[in-house]
Amino acid sequence: MRAMIVKEFRQLRRDRRTLAMMIVMPVLLLVILGYAASFDVSAVPTVVAGPGAAAVAKVLPKTFQLAGTYQAGTAGAQTPEAWARDQLRDGHAAVAIVTGSAPGPQVLIDGTQLFDAQKTLQELSALGSGTAATTASVTGSASVQILYNPELKTSYIMIPGLAGVILVFVGTVITSLGVVRERQAGTLEQLAVMPLRPADVFLGKIIPYFAVSVADLAIVVAVGVAVFGVPFIGSAAVFGLGALLFVFVTLGLGVLISSVSQTQGQAIQLAVMTLLPQVLLSGLIFPLSSIVAGVRWIAYLLPLTYFTEISRGVMLRAQPLTSLWPSFLYLALLGAVVTALATLRFRAFLAPGEGR
Amino acid sequence: MSGPAPEGWGAHGVSVRFGTRQALDGVSLNALPGQVTVVVGADGAGKTTLLRCIAGALAPGQGTVRRPDPRRIGYLPPSTGIYGDLSVAENLRFRSASYGIPAPEAQRHVSEYLERTGLAAARDRLAGQLSGGMLRKLGVVAALLPEPELLVLDEPTTGVDPVSRADLWWLIASTAAGGAAVLMSTSYLDEAARAAQVLVLDAGRALAEGTPAEIVAAIPGTITVVAERPAAEDERRRSWRRAGTWRVWRPPGVPGPGEPVTPDLQDAVCVAALRRELEPSHA
Repeated sequence: MRAMIVKEFRQLRRDRRTLAMMIVMPVLLLVILGYAASFDVSAVPTVVAGPGAAAVAKVLPKTFQLAGTYQAGTAGAQTPEAWARDQLRDGHAAVAIVTGSAPGPQVLIDGTQLFDAQKTLQELSALGSGTAATTASVTGSASVQILYNPELKTSYIMIPGLAGVILVFVGTVITSLGVVRERQAGTLEQLAVMPLRPADVFLGKIIPYFAVSVADLAIVVAVGVAVFGVPFIGSAAVFGLGALLFVFVTLGLGVLISSVSQTQGQAIQLAVMTLLPQVLLSGLIFPLSSIVAGVRWIAYLLPLTYFTEISRGVMLRAQPLTSLWPSFLYLALLGAVVTALATLRFRAFLAPGEGR
Repeated sequence: MSGPAPEGWGAHGVSVRFGTRQALDGVSLNALPGQVTVVVGADGAGKTTLLRCIAGALAPGQGTVRRPDPRRIGYLPPSTGIYGDLSVAENLRFRSASYGIPAPEAQRHVSEYLERTGLAAARDRLAGQLSGGMLRKLGVVAALLPEPELLVLDEPTTGVDPVSRADLWWLIASTAAGGAAVLMSTSYLDEAARAAQVLVLDAGRALAEGTPAEIVAAIPGTITVVAERPAAEDERRRSWRRAGTWRVWRPPGVPGPGEPVTPDLQDAVCVAALRRELEPSHA
């Protein structure tokens, strides 16, 4: 047995990356995720509209953070209510207060922002019990309406994001084996000598998995809609475009991981290490706004963050491309970065003679 | 190298370091079209590294390499470069498509080569299920598909049975006869003896080079055969075992017992290695 233990330690010491991952990564992950793991909502983004907007804005409890006010001039021909609904649809706010209609102000809540919505309902019931008289005069007799997810079902907000998680899992993990398998089998050396360009190899590696992943995604979404009754009220084309970009980034990341790994074991480890933060930091589970700013920037580097925004926005709120385009832009940008890095890595071992 | 012709492919003063280990140290080689050039040497001598540099799988640290367009290079890496989870036919189809060979032409070559190498019956078997020797034959066939101007084969005959070896040699020789420059490595000196040009590598450096006859002729002194290993220390160091007897190298002017023999390439390589060991200044 001793011989076995010594041998294992020797092998472990050779594989520096595994050792580093076993020691450094848990600490790093705990710190990052510790700051991220929070369901607490401290500020609910809120917009106010209607003739009493300014008055409401003044007495807004501090939980509700003013994110915008309806201004007749800039909002065009929209009614205050239509404007408020658009603000919710486009994800600019989780709560909209519309004044001016009888009998009292109207409170619109975005049911896809589950934690914001629950916090809002708590606050409203506290106000309703009449502790803050001034506020109650404004919101007390309000009519409350929850949009998009009236029953505040968790499955509605989880399934659009989970579709992305499943793709990350399938895409990144499986493609991460692609290059490293060739390296270990020795066929990479053959590819290096063959008249293939690095981009040929990169795209050739991705496209088959791309086709499978897109079909996979379609199935997952269809099952989500059919089995869990998740609404799909937005544009399938917008969703499709987002999905294609996301799948491309995800698979590209897998190939990039593969190209920097020496063994299949390392590739899997690295792929799983990118999976965990994506699941926990992408806003899928913990609301992005609850994540400490020092850690939140990581979320904006992860493709799943943007896909979750797109899939929730399109499926649940029918959010149009006109307000979703930044997410598309970031996904495209991530795709370009991943492709460039992977192609550079490929060039290093596929065309070793050139460019030196 | 004797009479390096400008039209050959190969390496000039190539050096490669892996970490602190010098894998190749200023090695030159010129593989002429229409000839088989063989690199021989013990395990770890640098044969694979040199072939990888020339084929383009590795960039040399120093020195230059001359090779044709990648479309005209056939390469058999040590791993054979064959996908174990594809069938024999699928492997060859992938290879010819990657080189842009039109399908009918590729089909014709594939059938011919598979027939020649006795692999035709294994056409639809997964390459991973082939024996080591069959796999190497398949690797050589795949390397031949682009009709290369330069064919680089890393130990094509290692682990191959004698009949298959003959098949492979036939393929290699006819490729060279067709005008290609064939560069192969081997650890078998009897194969090297059949080559037009030989480069003997030892610890990353050229130990001897030229035609087999030139290498043999370059041995100084004589080689004798004795039944028992010599007792004297200096003679002992100049002796090696071969085919049940002992051979002793006698540098010019050094007398000793035994029958002089006509040396062959194997003797020549042994002497070259001994000289490097005994007279470091010689190298």
